[in-house]
Amino acid sequence: MRQQLSRKPYYYHILANYIKIIRVILALVVFSAITLLFLDVTGTAAASWGFLARWQLIPAILSLNVAVLAGLLLLTLIFGRVYCSVLCPLGIMQDIVARIRHTVMPRKRYSYSRAMTWLRIAMLALFVILIILGMTSIAGLIEPYSEFGRIVTALFKPLYVDANNLMAAHEAADSYRFTHVDYAVPAFMIVIVAMTLAVVAVMAWTGGRTYCNTVCPAGTILGYLSQFSWLRPVIDHSKCVSCGACARKCKASCIDSKKGEIDYTRCVACMDCLDSCSKKAISYSPRTRGITKKRSNEPDGARRDFLTAGLLLAGTMALKAQEKSVDGGLAPIADKLKPQRRVRITPPGSISHRNLASRCTACQLCITNCPNGVLRPSSDLTTFMQPEVSYEKGYCRPECTTCSDVCPAGAILPLRKEERTATQVGHAVWDSTLCIASTEGVHCGNCARHCPAGAITMVAADASDPDGVKIPAVDTERCIGCGACENLCPVRPFSAIHVEGHEVHRKV
Amino acid sequence: MKGNDKNITRRSFLKALGVGAASATMISCRRKIAGGDSSTSVAPATHRGDAGTGPMTMRVNPSTGDSVSILGYGFMRLPEIEDTKGEKVIDQEQVNRLVEHAMKNGVNYYDTSPVYCKGQSEHSLGIALSRYPRESYYIATKLSNFSPKTWPREESIKMYRNSLRELRTDYIDYMLLHAIGQGGMEAWNNRYIANGILDFLVAERKAGRIRNLGFSYHGDIEVFDYLLKMHDEGSVKWDFVQIQLNYLDWRHAKELNERNTDAEYLYGELHRRGIPAVIMEPLLGGRLASVNDHVLAEFKRRRPDDSVASWAFRFAGTPEGVLTVLSGMTYMEHLQDNLRTYSSLEPCTPDELDMLDSAADYIAKFPTVPCTACQYCMPCPYGLDIPAIFSHYNKCINEGRVPSSSKDPEYERLRRAFLVGYDRAVPRLRQADHCIGCRQCVKHCPQGIFIPGKMEEIDRYVEQLKQNIL
Repeated sequence: MRQQLSRKPYYYHILANYIKIIRVILALVVFSAITLLFLDVTGTAAASWGFLARWQLIPAILSLNVAVLAGLLLLTLIFGRVYCSVLCPLGIMQDIVARIRHTVMPRKRYSYSRAMTWLRIAMLALFVILIILGMTSIAGLIEPYSEFGRIVTALFKPLYVDANNLMAAHEAADSYRFTHVDYAVPAFMIVIVAMTLAVVAVMAWTGGRTYCNTVCPAGTILGYLSQFSWLRPVIDHSKCVSCGACARKCKASCIDSKKGEIDYTRCVACMDCLDSCSKKAISYSPRTRGITKKRSNEPDGARRDFLTAGLLLAGTMALKAQEKSVDGGLAPIADKLKPQRRVRITPPGSISHRNLASRCTACQLCITNCPNGVLRPSSDLTTFMQPEVSYEKGYCRPECTTCSDVCPAGAILPLRKEERTATQVGHAVWDSTLCIASTEGVHCGNCARHCPAGAITMVAADASDPDGVKIPAVDTERCIGCGACENLCPVRPFSAIHVEGHEVHRKV
Repeated sequence: MKGNDKNITRRSFLKALGVGAASATMISCRRKIAGGDSSTSVAPATHRGDAGTGPMTMRVNPSTGDSVSILGYGFMRLPEIEDTKGEKVIDQEQVNRLVEHAMKNGVNYYDTSPVYCKGQSEHSLGIALSRYPRESYYIATKLSNFSPKTWPREESIKMYRNSLRELRTDYIDYMLLHAIGQGGMEAWNNRYIANGILDFLVAERKAGRIRNLGFSYHGDIEVFDYLLKMHDEGSVKWDFVQIQLNYLDWRHAKELNERNTDAEYLYGELHRRGIPAVIMEPLLGGRLASVNDHVLAEFKRRRPDDSVASWAFRFAGTPEGVLTVLSGMTYMEHLQDNLRTYSSLEPCTPDELDMLDSAADYIAKFPTVPCTACQYCMPCPYGLDIPAIFSHYNKCINEGRVPSSSKDPEYERLRRAFLVGYDRAVPRLRQADHCIGCRQCVKHCPQGIFIPGKMEEIDRYVEQLKQNIL
């Protein structure tokens, strides 16, 4: 090793001075870009650099994205765990927290600590087991990318949306740069996510990268691989005086300055140690030993679906078309309420309940990018915070494939527009006790008029009176479960026609 | 005639001098204006500035000799604010300010109805006018007994007495049978004949509690002709009739809507009998305030300082049989602009009338919905904001921003502008896709628009834009 160092060309040291700056710049660019993926309300971010989400390790494993996995493997085997410093948004967020601590308390330093290998292995094992059991949503609670996604969407996006709406409200007439958006986060989400943010932030404040080196499954997998990396920080023992300056700078607490050793399973290649050494005894250098290769496990899931519930016909407030007596004014519109669905609906492209549950880490990217307000995080424990479809605020529009375009984990697979309109995620069910055709004898047909699949026909309620009031007849074979009928049904708060999901999607 | 240029410089000069003096003089001579000519010569110079180049033009009602300002204040579209609960209510303070400014500048005809502004209009006008001597203004209101539950005699009379109470007065200067023609002869019989309400109103006129009795007309021409026949036969004397008149409806009303009748005919029938005409919708609910660029250019070329709306008002005021032209002035700027136009009115020259006729030809070709945003159709029981939907659609058509095909070079930009503008103009829950076609609105529309059909048309267009399949 010593000979190698002395053989290094002169430009090597010049590069070493810039290498940390390069890391910081790259990290900030990636961090901002990924944050915008979640914040953006225009759909531009996801359309332009949505690939950044697909470069995330755990989603790439779940979606069996071979190209990305090979790339990340190669990256780690060459540069060490740079993924954790440059590509992982949660890692960068922790670095930002650590940076703030450094500014607030400049005298407080890090120190070496022993590796908690047992804890890391236990956490990874738990993570894998949960995924194998199909409880990916629970596993996703410790998955760094989805954790970051939830933090941004639940805690920061509401503020971003408020600012956007303020701009939209005060925009000059005839300018269409900003548009008003409705955005709401369920309270349970805010509570859970605020708790996780608190845990991660406290860990980062007190111990730098403790989370990454104890809890994070991606950190453990990459840590194992980075032992074999070609480039890594190396201590030149001929120059080292064991002063411990590097260890005090190390966010990963992985430099044992007394022994002069670095624990490469924990080093995140942040390069902070390089310029901490007054003797220039530490450098980011190549190794020459052979590389052994090992792949991590591929999770697959089986999930037992349960969900049964009696169809609840809660009291409804059918609209009464009363005789008007004055001009003007707007009739009050009651908010729609979510019907009790016997089978829940999953977004087109998710193939089946099982596929979604076993692949989705609940990163919220599809939910935050859904332009129609159809997706929301599930509050059900088995699918916790995974996307769930409901049609109170909008319906799954035929031209939209956003969720399948953005999903990095293969939980919602990409669909072409033609495929999307031919994918049956559920079917509509008509309720005669609510429909104004039967309760008030009113001609309506709004469901039939708006069905993109032409699956609803208005038929005479009384066969002997073909000109009498008409009721909707649903051809469940043609229905794709998009919810246009449910959303546009005039009956409120419970629509007279609603969609029941299918456990496995079909093609029509 | 002075040259236009000279007028402009003088106007802006006087504006700089201030308006106070002009308004003060106005008050003192307002009632005296009656004769017209004498006051015109009193102080022409001081009347310029804020309110035009002369005193308000006045017209005389032959039945009562009332000297009525050519500008009448319509109380159908009032300024609104949100109350503490976030609901829209009439901004009474602003109404008071508007009325104050109008009174100062010679407007003395105020038109309302028990159903306007969710039923709040009469009350609001009552407050605003009660601060002035009763003889300094004329009140016009209507018997708006559209709803079958107001057809019984007692109910209709109750509505009439309530108008007196809301307006804080014991007599009505101009009483109208509201929207005659809607619902045809059947509605006429139900509302005024079978329940004896027409006889009641005639008796009220005799008793002096109604000074002028007339009707406003929309819709079925059979009823209009029938009522004028009554006048000819002497069974009822109509002191005035309110009709829709503007340069578009003059000759294109029937063309735009089979059910309507050209204003040229309506006015001609009245003028022939010496019945003064009160004009409504001179601006077609604001549609003639924003015309397409071609027409705009022609207007501005001829009178660069005048607003687009002023052309419509000058047109409506030009026929000598017009008693007053109603304008629903929500904003002070509307009022000021109209005051400039009518103080004093320069009637349209034959050449200008020709130009407006061809402008009307041009506008009539545009496929706008002839909605005047009168709100008669509202509230829609299913929550739609019908006038807002039409107004957005018309605005886009007038500005040439309705792409007809995705091959339009500006398609992407126009598509976004249309859809974003739609969401801004109308909350999603109140957009056309929520129309179930119950048709309750159809009978209320004085313009005879088949609203559900138009809603479906607009919805289909929006859907094509959204799906990008145009």
